[in-house]
Amino acid sequence: MNFLGIGAIVGATLVVLMPLFLIMGTVIYRGIGSITWAFFTRIPQPVGETGGGMANAIVGTAMIMGVAALIGIPLGVGSGIYLAEYGRNASGNIVRFTADVLNGIPSIVIGITVYALVVLIQHHFSLLAGGIALGIMMIPTVCRTTEEVLLMVPQSVREAALGLGIPQWRTTLSVVVPSAASGIITSIMLACARVAGETAPLLFTAFGNQFWNLKLNQPTAALPLQIFAYAISPYEEWHRMAWAGALVLILSIMATVILVRFATSRGMLKGAH
Amino acid sequence: MRAQIKLPVKQDSAPAGAESPSSNGTGAAADKPLSLVPAAFKIKFQTKNNAFADGTFRTLVILCALSVMVIVGLIAFELVRQSHLSMAKFGFKFLSTSIWDPVAENFGALPAIYGTLVSSLLALVLAVPLSLGTALFITEICPRRLRGILSLLVELLAAIPSVIYGLWGIFFLAPLLRTEGQPFLARYFGWTGLFEGPKYGIGMLAAGIILAIMILPIITSISREVMLAVPRQQREAALALGATRWEVLRIAVLRNARAGIFGAIILGLGRAIGETMAVTMVIGNRPEIARSLFAPGYTLASMIANEFSEATSDMHLSALVEVGLVLFAITLIVNAIAQFMIWSITRGMPARNIA
Repeated sequence: MNFLGIGAIVGATLVVLMPLFLIMGTVIYRGIGSITWAFFTRIPQPVGETGGGMANAIVGTAMIMGVAALIGIPLGVGSGIYLAEYGRNASGNIVRFTADVLNGIPSIVIGITVYALVVLIQHHFSLLAGGIALGIMMIPTVCRTTEEVLLMVPQSVREAALGLGIPQWRTTLSVVVPSAASGIITSIMLACARVAGETAPLLFTAFGNQFWNLKLNQPTAALPLQIFAYAISPYEEWHRMAWAGALVLILSIMATVILVRFATSRGMLKGAH
Repeated sequence: MRAQIKLPVKQDSAPAGAESPSSNGTGAAADKPLSLVPAAFKIKFQTKNNAFADGTFRTLVILCALSVMVIVGLIAFELVRQSHLSMAKFGFKFLSTSIWDPVAENFGALPAIYGTLVSSLLALVLAVPLSLGTALFITEICPRRLRGILSLLVELLAAIPSVIYGLWGIFFLAPLLRTEGQPFLARYFGWTGLFEGPKYGIGMLAAGIILAIMILPIITSISREVMLAVPRQQREAALALGATRWEVLRIAVLRNARAGIFGAIILGLGRAIGETMAVTMVIGNRPEIARSLFAPGYTLASMIANEFSEATSDMHLSALVEVGLVLFAITLIVNAIAQFMIWSITRGMPARNIA
């Protein structure tokens, strides 16, 4: 029984790791051939013509992420500071619970809400709406991890600063937050990596676009959207592009995650997990 | 004495720069420790400003925290408001009828609710034993050096975007199921009635498998955390009573962590219910209730993803938003249960800090 049980546990671990390697293997195998210079510099070709690239989608994703970061980081870090420094009480618990609720809301539901609140009012699918949707998704992750790393700063550090007559806001901003900065940066980067691949909230906010768009109030292409559109299309050429897009997306996300983890374990980012 | 006073100045000047006037006060005190009286006077003089700044900062972070609540409130409010039309017309029949006909503007979400529940439960059945095994392996069995790498690999599995799972599902998993998996299941388990009918590859089974892979990481990492929270003494006590390694895992670890593990499973269920893209790409998208797992189905999330941008009539849009509202309500309940279970074992603290 002992032998069987332990064997089952080791087997389970191997089965869990298998999809990771299968997926990575398939994406690399089928995507690598279509990664060309043109992929990064050209916009999609119409059906029937070969070549073309996803330059507009890559730039679109970057711009959407920029808007998302502008919304998600300040609100996330701010509410994290509230929870750690002022929120050790009932109202803090309510905020904590709400953040967890927001974290659990399906991304597609956030998409609907942003559609109703931004797209309907703007009368346009837009880059801005896509950024807002992803920004909202970043808030709970950043908030809860910020709280966690701030709480790891010893209470005595706060007391020492306050005892020297430094006002509380200054204690928080110049003493507590800097000593937890690396942990906060980690959480921000992981949150970005997480939402960069999101497709569902962009479906009816950023909507997608076959051409260049750099304006905030126009529909814009995004890498995950483009992969989705190409994957469900009937054209062989577009499937190839979908794999190439998937390869670029997955590599950039994994590079971020591994980099952050590596930096953390090497002690370059102290205070992070 | 001097060193103690210098400490905050060092902290002060490095990150913040010269943004605030109050740093002058402490800075002066550190440079000339003898002139304590004027420095103290200076600080006192600034108290009014400090109180104002403190209040402003406090207000700012409270506003940030409020924004989280406002966003959740807005989501709930908008879902109710936008689905008003369909709620008024169909009432509770919306949840119990299975006709989804955009042309006749007749909507019942039962097939989607059924599909959501079946695909998520299927995912749980497949994922729970595997995740628990992996969590046990990482916390209890594997050498310390492997621990970090395994956790990283599990985290990488979680980092793969949903749309890529879907892409892989369409072009790798579905063909594999069609040619290998489904004929096998039909031959040996066809008598259950769950595995019969045409073998498309795409369908409920494919969706369940993809979902299972997607919720493996979350169940694994959270049950790992609660297992780490089980006190060392419990394991030692079991060993001292002559338990084998397997019995230690069963008696000491699994039994003590069961509430948290249950929470992790429910949290995984919440993920599976809300998952959109991968499921939309492999489930087949047909609003019908079929007994066979080979048949195409529909889920609440994939229904929205598929039809929302193509819906033209107000009633269709409103019905889709109501589907979103149902999805919101289900995930809210599921997640609340999960949070409570996890909280009950880690006592409201992040489990990592206990371990």
